Order: sequence, then structure tokens, then C-alpha cells
Amino acid sequence: MDLVLNEEQKLLRQAAKDFAHARSPLARARKLRGAGEGYSRDVWKEMAELGWLGLTIDERHGGTGLGHRYLMVVLEELGAKLAPEPIVSTALLGATAIELGGSAELQREHLPAIVKGERIIALAHHERHSRFSLAAIDTTAEASTGTTWTLNGEKLHVADGSIADHFLVSARVVDGVALFLVPASAKGVTVSREERVDGRSAASVRLDRVMVRQEMRLGAGGRGLRLLERVIDAGTAGLAAEMLGSMSAAFAMTLDYLATRVQFGVPIGSFQALQHRAARLYVETELARSAVMHASAMLDGLEGGAPVARAVSVAKAKCSDAFMAIAHEAVQMHGGIGMTDEHDIGLFLKRARVCEMTFGDAAYHRDRFARLSGF
Amino acid sequence: MQGGGSGLEKFREETRAWLLANAPPSMRTPLAPGEEACWGGKKEKRSPDVQRWLDVNVERGFTAPTWPRTYGGGGLSKAEAKVLAEEMSALGLRPPLIGFGLSMIGPLLLQEGAEALRSEHLPPIVRGEIRWCQGYSEPGAGSDLASLQTKAVRDGDVYVLDGSKIWTSYAEKADWMFILVRTDPAAKKQHGITFLLMDMTTPGVTVRPIRLISGASPFCETFLTGVRVPVTNVVGQENQGWALARALLAHERTMIGDVFKERDDTDKLVAAARDHLGDDGGRIADPLVRDRIAALEIDQACLDLTMQRAKDGARAGQKPGHESSIFKLAGTELNQRRRDLHCAILGPQALGWESEPSAAGTAGYGPEELKATRDWLRSRGNTIEGGTSEIQLDIIAKRVLGLPDARGARKDGA
Repeated sequence: MDLVLNEEQKLLRQAAKDFAHARSPLARARKLRGAGEGYSRDVWKEMAELGWLGLTIDERHGGTGLGHRYLMVVLEELGAKLAPEPIVSTALLGATAIELGGSAELQREHLPAIVKGERIIALAHHERHSRFSLAAIDTTAEASTGTTWTLNGEKLHVADGSIADHFLVSARVVDGVALFLVPASAKGVTVSREERVDGRSAASVRLDRVMVRQEMRLGAGGRGLRLLERVIDAGTAGLAAEMLGSMSAAFAMTLDYLATRVQFGVPIGSFQALQHRAARLYVETELARSAVMHASAMLDGLEGGAPVARAVSVAKAKCSDAFMAIAHEAVQMHGGIGMTDEHDIGLFLKRARVCEMTFGDAAYHRDRFARLSGF
Repeated sequence: MQGGGSGLEKFREETRAWLLANAPPSMRTPLAPGEEACWGGKKEKRSPDVQRWLDVNVERGFTAPTWPRTYGGGGLSKAEAKVLAEEMSALGLRPPLIGFGLSMIGPLLLQEGAEALRSEHLPPIVRGEIRWCQGYSEPGAGSDLASLQTKAVRDGDVYVLDGSKIWTSYAEKADWMFILVRTDPAAKKQHGITFLLMDMTTPGVTVRPIRLISGASPFCETFLTGVRVPVTNVVGQENQGWALARALLAHERTMIGDVFKERDDTDKLVAAARDHLGDDGGRIADPLVRDRIAALEIDQACLDLTMQRAKDGARAGQKPGHESSIFKLAGTELNQRRRDLHCAILGPQALGWESEPSAAGTAGYGPEELKATRDWLRSRGNTIEGGTSEIQLDIIAKRVLGLPDARGARKDGA
């Protein structure tokens, strides 16, 4: 496995960079903060037309199946501009769950729709006391008749929950944990929108005697938790790529400021105290980049299991710490202007905190890494 | 011996057969504690097996597989040399010869040396007859290496050297030194330096070993008083030595970043943690230490992957930048964290310096524990030797990030 981009991936990177520059400048992320749906349906459609939503989806279902290494390149460039479209939720979490756990019929119904930008799926796995645990679930699903399931419970911190048309819900069943695909329009589903610190939306989702068809359960009995873990690994690697793009952009913005901001008659970037801190931050971005590339390459590999999960945990632990460190330092090096809402660097700091806590923070992934390594 | 895969496969078979037929069985065992690899040189005492293994490899050119046959090398292609290395590794064979002759001055001479220097020095290196050391740092020139003051004054056909060098690894055991000297005191500091080759037996050379905070060390101080070196021993041109020295330094940095981690280091830390802090159903019982080990191994994985990425990039034709500074900085700091954590895990057992077995046959401090303590002390030098961490940060800030220097001018990666 080579940790370099191939020619196709380089072209895709340039295309994504150009797109992000033209269609998703930082001013857009700023404008969409807390407003309306929090994303642009037009931009979403364009992303679908570019084929980005089907990069990891098999050709049988209308995707290209090029793989995670391709999607990561796109996510990195979008992360650089803090684009809020729900690619990770839909094209990674949603699509992976349906591709790995859905019936043939369910795949035919949803995967082509995801590729075309006609679905938005949100993962609803958090609960009030679950913190980062995937298994701490109070929501229940009961086989009420032979052909339906009835779900009861409350899910929190559902990213993109207020714009989703389907939820991926984890629930406790007789034989363990199961995942269900629940239409947002189902009777008994109540969605409350909440704004997060980064200006994006999340939702609380109440499930009150929600009935879904038998085949909306994903994965075989007793294997729901393993499926959920694999789904979240795919999403985590995608988020890490986005974080890599965001931290690199925040660093580049800071570097530019160091070279241009004049105090005591010289650019502040000529001060060694700042130069060495900047150099350390740069090293962090390089280390994070290697981990992200490795995680996506492992996801594209044939073998699953612990080596993939470990690679994902390495990437998320590194990106969480690196993005937070860079964002904190970026504000410090910008000085007073960095504290103003008017300056964009603050957008990165707020985003860093949300990314850090999504799919487990660095400490969670260190614990997981240790477990997977046998200590 | 070019050609397709079948030619290489034939080479592989022949090589394996030759290795099996010629390697003494003892050369297929790892070095025992305290045992040194074969560095060559006139002062080295070699066991019969080590000598035999050296001799047969010299005869086949395998001590310097890719060097031209004219100088005693093997004349192998890179692909063939890789096959040789793979076969040696598969059989668990020790390298027949290592050292700065093969890894540093030899490659430099091949690239930059005059023909007379090559034919004089390369064959004895290949044959393991001459051991080399590096004379760079001086008491007054550490991080600011270019300010070195050892003088070389021209007197007819010789330079007369006066000054002293410090941190010359293995100077005591070496036969020759490649040395940086000042030949033009009036020029800007980088422009008055010459790269010379010096016979350590020349009158006026004295060597004193340096004892470190971790105990005995390969480092030495070398004093030069009126040492006469022929002007024909200049590598490159007079006053042009700095560029050669810098090229070798970058090479050295990558080696230092890479050299520390031993394959079983993770297992060693985990085993020590289980031993000293307990095991809780497969987990290290102390959650804080467990977290520190995980953090260390995650950072190590990131660095290993970054080195792999640089290699993959080089193979794909990307021009190398200043990665060696990243590797040196990150690799040495990781090694320090590892050694420090090992001591933290050992607790009071990390306090030993020497230990005699007691009457009961048990020792107060085991050999592994004594080693961990000294490894920790020695590791503090990692971020100093071969260019301090602060120098690496300067290089990254100025040459990679293009940050302006103190005078306010913006440099463009030059």
C-alpha cells in the first residue's frame, strides 16, 4: 500500500479545491451559521453531480466504487472551507450501514438515491448517558407483530438530524443491539433542532412507539454492535480527513498572519518564540496527514477487523489532538483580532471542538487503540 | 545482471545458496549483550568467525554491494542489492561490516572525490581495513557548526592543523578521520571551510574518551597540534567544504530519527507495565500508564507512517524536502518519551546504577532495569546530537515554512 496520491486522486483534489474555492468560500460557512437548514441544497446537488456522494458506493448501485482514498481527498478540501454539507453522515455512515447491513431491496431503494443527492441520512446513536460508548443504549426495539418493529427512546447529539429524511437508529433488542433505518416522517418521530457551537445543527430525536417494517433492521441478529462499529469507523476516517483539511487551513491562515503582521517594526513571524511553535504545529499536520492516508487506505483494503479499527483510532486520536492544538495556537498567534467574531480563525476553533468530540475524543481512541493492541 | 524478474530470481537463488554455504552458523545469531558488530579497522579484535564472514564477503564485493567493482564493491544494481538485503535478513545474518566508511565518507567520495582519493580510500573501506570517524563539532562550535575554528595553514604541500574536535564518535578506534577545518579565516564563516581526510596516526593527534551522564560512551575529544596533512587529501575544493558537510548531515539526521526504535519496544513497555503495575483482565491495571503507552505508540505509528510516506513519495518521483528535520525532531523526542516512561513504569527499580547478585542469587536491580536507567540518561542526548531540536525547528520554520528571519526579509525556501 503506497501512501501517495495517484494521478487521478491529484486531479480530483484540484477539482475539489477549485469547487470549494468557487462554491464554498469561508464566507458561506459563516453565513450558514445557525441559519435555516444550515446547508445549501444547490451545493449538495452539485456535489452529487460531481459523483462525490457515490465514491465509496458500488457501481451496481450507481456509484463509482473508487473508494475511501478518493473520498478523503474531497473531504479534506471541503474541510479547508468548513463546508457543512452532510457527506460524512450520508455518503459514509448511511451508505456504509446500508451497503453492509441492508437487504438487496433496501440497497436498491436507498443507495442510488444517496448517489443522486436525494437522501440525507443521520446517525442517531448517542443517548443521554452514553458519552462515547456505542453499547450504552436504552432505546428499545420490539418485534411487535411478525412484520414490524416498534421503537421507543430518545437520541441526542444527532448531527445533521434536523435535515435528515432518514435516521440510522441503534436500539436494544432481545439478542443484543440492532440498527434500524427509520424515516423521519414515521409516526411517533419528533425532531428538535439544536444549534451547536460551530454553528451547525444537531437534533434530539424522540421515538415514541415508532413502527417500522421488518426489513428496516440492518444486519443479522446479534451483530448490530459490530456493524455500528464498522459504520462509525468509515465515518470517523472521513471526519479525520475533513479535520486534516480544516487544521491545515487554520495553520496556513496563521502562517500568513505571522508573515504579514508587523510589531516592533518587524513581522512577528521573525520571532523565534513563534517560529518554533509554528514549526511544531506544521510537524503535527504532517503526522496527521500520514495517519489519515493510512486509515483510508486500510478501509479500502480487503481485510476488515482490528487492523482497520486500529488505523482509524490512530487517525482520530492524532487529528483530535492536532486540530485542537493548532486551533488554540492559531487564536493565540492572531492576538486580539483572533478573539473577534469578525475574523475567520474563530470558526476553526469552534469546529475543532465539535470534531474532537464526534465519534470519540483522543482519550477514547487511545483506550480503543490499547484494547485492540492487546493491552 | 540487469533484466526482468527471472534474472533477479536467478540472482536470488544463487545468492541464497552462496550465503548458506559461506556463513558461519554463529553469524546467524543476534549480537549478544555487550558484543559489537564488525566495524573494521586496524585496532579491531575479531573472532575467527567474524573474520571469516568478513573475508568471504570482501571477496564477493558484498561489504559494499552497490559500489563499483573497480574499488572492490559488488557492482550490483539497486534491485539486486535489495534482494541481497532481503536474503540476509531472511537468514538472520549479521552484516559482515558496518561503519562510517561504508555509510558516509565512501558514498561522498564516490560522488565528489577525485579519482586518486577514491582508489586510495575506497578499497581499504570495502575490505574492512580502515575505520573512519567524523570530525565536525568543536568545543566552541556546536549548533553553530559553521563557526568552527580548527585552523589549517598551508605550508608547501601540506596543511598544518591546530585545534580540537569534540563528540568524535569512536575516534579512539578509528584509523582515519574526515574533518572540517578553517582554511580561510577572512571569508564569511561558511565560505572558509575545507573538507579533509586525516590519518589518525599522524604526529600531533591525541584522543581522549568522554564519559557521559549515562556512563562510558563512544564519544571522544580529539586534539590537533601541528598535524601535517597533505593538500592532496582535500575532498572537493579548498574553502568549499561546507556544502559537502551539510549533505552528510541531512543523511545523518534521517538515520538518527530512525535508529532508536527497536522492534520489540512496545512489547517491552507493556510487559514491564504488567509486571510492575498489574494486569486487570488483559488490560494494564494502571489506566494512566496505559494511556501514556497508547499515546506514545499512536505517535510512533504516525511517525513510522510519515517515514513510509516519504519513501513512497521518493519512489513516485517526488523531490525530497526537509523531511529529515521532521524525522530527527519527532523521532528523538519519541525515544525520550519512551525511555522516560519506562523509568516511570519501573518506579524505584529504575534507580540502580550498578548491581551485584546477592547471596540469594537475586540482584537488587536486574540487567534490563539497569539498562533502562542508562538508556533514559543517554536518550537526553538524542535531541542535542546531530543538530539540536531547536536547530531542526529553525530549519523547518525558515526553509519549509518560509518565515522571515530576524532582519525581516522573507526567505523563499532557499
